[in-house]
Amino acid sequence: MSSAHTKTEHGHTDHNYLNHGSGIWSWMTTLDHKRIGLMYFATVATLFLIGGFFALGIRLHLAKFGAEPLLSPDTYNKFMTFHGAIMVFMVIIPGIPAFLGNFVLPIQLGAKDVAFPRLNLASYYIFIAGALIAASSMIFNQVDTGWTFYTPYSTAKTSNGVILLVLGAFTMGFSSILTGLNFIVTTHKLRAPGMTMDRIPLMIWALYSTSIIQILATPILAITLLLIGAEKTLGVGIFDPDLGGDPVLFQHFFWFYSHPAVYIMILPAMGVISELITAFSKKTIFGYRAIAYSSVAIAAVSFLVWGHHMFVSGQSTIAGIVFSIITMFVGVPTAIKLFNWISTMYRGTVTFEAPMLFALGFMFLFTIGGLTGVFLASTGMDVHFHDTYFVVAHFHYVMVGGTLMALMGGIFYWFPKMFGKMTSDLGGRISWVLIFTGFNVTFFPQFVLGAMGMPRRYFDYLPEYTNLNQISTVGSWLIGLGFLVGLITIIHGILKGEKASDNPWGAKTLEWQTSSPPPHENFTTTPTVTAGPYDFR
Amino acid sequence: MTSVSSSSEFHHQHHFKSADHQYASSKQGIWLFLCTEILMFGGLFVGYLIYHSMYPTVFKNGSETLDWKMGAVNTVVLLVSSFTMAAAINYVQRGLHKIAAIMLALTIACAAAFMVIKYFEYSHKFHVGTVPGKFSLVDPSCGAGGKRAECESKIAALLKNPAELEKNHVSAEEVTRLKAVISQPKWEMFYGFYFVMTGLHGIHVVAGALLIFWIFIKTLRRKVGPEYYTPVEGVGLFWHVVDLVWIYLFPLLYLVG
Repeated sequence: MSSAHTKTEHGHTDHNYLNHGSGIWSWMTTLDHKRIGLMYFATVATLFLIGGFFALGIRLHLAKFGAEPLLSPDTYNKFMTFHGAIMVFMVIIPGIPAFLGNFVLPIQLGAKDVAFPRLNLASYYIFIAGALIAASSMIFNQVDTGWTFYTPYSTAKTSNGVILLVLGAFTMGFSSILTGLNFIVTTHKLRAPGMTMDRIPLMIWALYSTSIIQILATPILAITLLLIGAEKTLGVGIFDPDLGGDPVLFQHFFWFYSHPAVYIMILPAMGVISELITAFSKKTIFGYRAIAYSSVAIAAVSFLVWGHHMFVSGQSTIAGIVFSIITMFVGVPTAIKLFNWISTMYRGTVTFEAPMLFALGFMFLFTIGGLTGVFLASTGMDVHFHDTYFVVAHFHYVMVGGTLMALMGGIFYWFPKMFGKMTSDLGGRISWVLIFTGFNVTFFPQFVLGAMGMPRRYFDYLPEYTNLNQISTVGSWLIGLGFLVGLITIIHGILKGEKASDNPWGAKTLEWQTSSPPPHENFTTTPTVTAGPYDFR
Repeated sequence: MTSVSSSSEFHHQHHFKSADHQYASSKQGIWLFLCTEILMFGGLFVGYLIYHSMYPTVFKNGSETLDWKMGAVNTVVLLVSSFTMAAAINYVQRGLHKIAAIMLALTIACAAAFMVIKYFEYSHKFHVGTVPGKFSLVDPSCGAGGKRAECESKIAALLKNPAELEKNHVSAEEVTRLKAVISQPKWEMFYGFYFVMTGLHGIHVVAGALLIFWIFIKTLRRKVGPEYYTPVEGVGLFWHVVDLVWIYLFPLLYLVG
C-alpha cells in the first residue's frame, strides 16, 4: 500500500495519518508507525486494566476487612502470577518503546517511517499472538508460579499451564526483539539530513540503548523459556534437581535477561523525562552528552549485575561481593541523569502542566526506588530484606513510580501530536495528584512492612502487619481512581478536546515542527537539521 | 521526495533514499537478527558447558553412543549446502536465474538430506531408549515423586531382550556403550541436551529450507536479480548461521565426549 501514497499532499493540514485511510481494515493492515504505535496504546491500555484488576484483587484480599479471606490461597497465587506476568511482559516492557517509541522515534529523526514497516506491523501481531497465548492459560490452566517461573516448582510441581504462559512470553520476546532491531536500523540509517548522532533527541538515545538490551538479552530469555517448555513436555531435567539439573542455573539464565529487562522498562522512561524536563523548563538540556552516554552506560552495566537477585541462592561470597559492587555502579549513570535534569530546571522557565507534573513525580519516586535499590544491592542488608515487602515496595517504586509515571507524562505530552487535540489539563493534574498520592500511600508502608519482616508473595500475615496493609490497600484504590481519571481525560480529549496547535508546548524537537496530527509521511518535505535538539537559550 | 541518484530502475520503498540505502538497511537488520540467533544458541552452549563439567563421565559415555559417522556426513551435507547457497547468491547477482534456481534447489535437497539422516539417528535413539527425561523410562508415570532411581529405563529393559536388540540393529559394541551409559546416575541429562540442541537446530534447518523455497520461487519468477537480491542474501546469511551452529554442535556432541 505504501507505493500508492508516495505523492505527498502539500499544505493540506486537514489531511493527516488518522484520516489517511478509513475503516477498521485500514488500521489492521497499516504500515504507518504512528498508527501501529496507537494500536499498541489501545492494546497495552486494555492489558493494563486487566493487570490492574488483579492488583486490586490482591490488595483487597490483603486488607482483611472481612472475617473470611477474599481469595483462597490457590486463587491468591494465581492473581499474583497474572498481575506480575501481565504488568511485566505485556504492559511495562512494551509500554513506552512499542507505543510511544513507535509513534515518536521516526518523527524525531525526520524519517518517513521505521526502517521495516512491514516487520513493525508483524511485531505488533506477534505481540498480540503472544498475549493471547499467555492469556489462554488464564482460561485453560491457571499458573501459580509468580511471573518469574522459578524452578523446580514451575517445571516439576505445578500445572502445565506454565507451558502456555512461557510460550506466550517467548512469543512476546520475539516481538520485542523485532521492534528493537527495527529501531536500531532506523536510528542508524534513516536520520534526516544534518541529524548527526549528537543531534538526535535524548528520547532516541534512550530508545536506542533499550533496543540494544532487547537484542542482546531477550534471546537468553527465549532459550530459558524454551528449556522450561522442554522440561515440562520432555522431562529433560536441566533445571529439575530430581533429574540432575540445577535450579540455580535457571535463576542465572532468567535474571541475565530479566535484570536488563528492568532497564528495558526504565531507560525509555528516562528518555521521556529528558524530553519533558527540557520542554517545560524552556531551557536547553544540561549535559546532553552526559545524559545520552549514560543511557548507553546503563545498558552496558545492566548485563553485569544479574547476580544481585541471587545473593541468598548460595552463590559464592566473591560473586556476591562483585555483583554488589557492579550493581552500585548503576547508580552513577542514573545519578548523572537526575542531576542533569535538575540542572536543566535550575533558572529555567518552569511551568507545571500535567506532563511536567508526571515528570517531577517520576524524579521523586524513582529517586526513592533507586536509593532503596542501594540497600538491596548491599549483600549484608539484602539478606535481611530479601523476599520481603521491602523488595516489593522497591521495584514498584522503580517500575510503577518510574515507568508508569513517565508513560502517563509521555501520553499527555505527545497527545496533541497524536490526535491534534488537547487533553484537559485539569483532568491530567487530578489524575496525577491521585496517582502520586495513592502510590505513596500504597507502597511507602510496604517499605516499613518489609523492614518489619513481612515476607512477599504470602497469602496471609501476622496480626501486627494489619494496619499498614490496610493503609496500603486504601492507597491502591486511589491509584486505581487516578488511572481511571487519566483514562477519562484521554478519552474526553480524543472525543471533545480543543484543537491543538502544531507545537502547543513550544518544544524544539523535530516532531513539533510538523502538523498536529502529522501527515502520513510525517513531513510534507524532508526536514534539514542544522542545530541540536533543544535549542532554547 | 529527493531525487534518486542510483541509476537502477528498481523500485524501493518510499522511506528510503535509494535502492542502495534500502539494501544497506536491510542487511543491517538481518545481521542484528542473526546476532540474536547466535545468542539464543549461546545460552544452550553455556548450559552444556556447565553440565559437562558437572557430569563429565555422563557426557563422555553419552557422546560415545552417538553415531559420529552420521554426524560427519551431515556436516559435509551442510557444508555443501552452504556452498550451493553462496553460489546461488552469486548467480542471482549476475542475473543467471536458471543456474541460481538449480543451486537453490540443491540447497533445499541438502536440507532434506540432513533431516532424513537426522530422522534415522533420532529413530534409532527412540528404539534403544537413549531419549530425554521421562521418555527414557519404561513407564513414564514412574519416577513422579523424585524416585527415578527405582524406575526401570527403556535401555535396561532392552538389554535384557536379545530378540529386540537384534531387531533394532544394536551391535555388541553398542550394547557395551549403552551399559556404560546407564551405569551412571543422571545419564538422561546428556540426551536432554542432545535433543534440545539438535532439535532446535533441526527446526532452524526446516525454517531455513522453507525460506530458501520462498526465494527459489522468487528466482523462478525473476522477482530478484542483479538490481535487487536482498532477500536472497538475507536468507543465505541465515542459512550460513544454521550451518555454523551445526559446525559447533557436531564436535561438541559427537566428538568431544
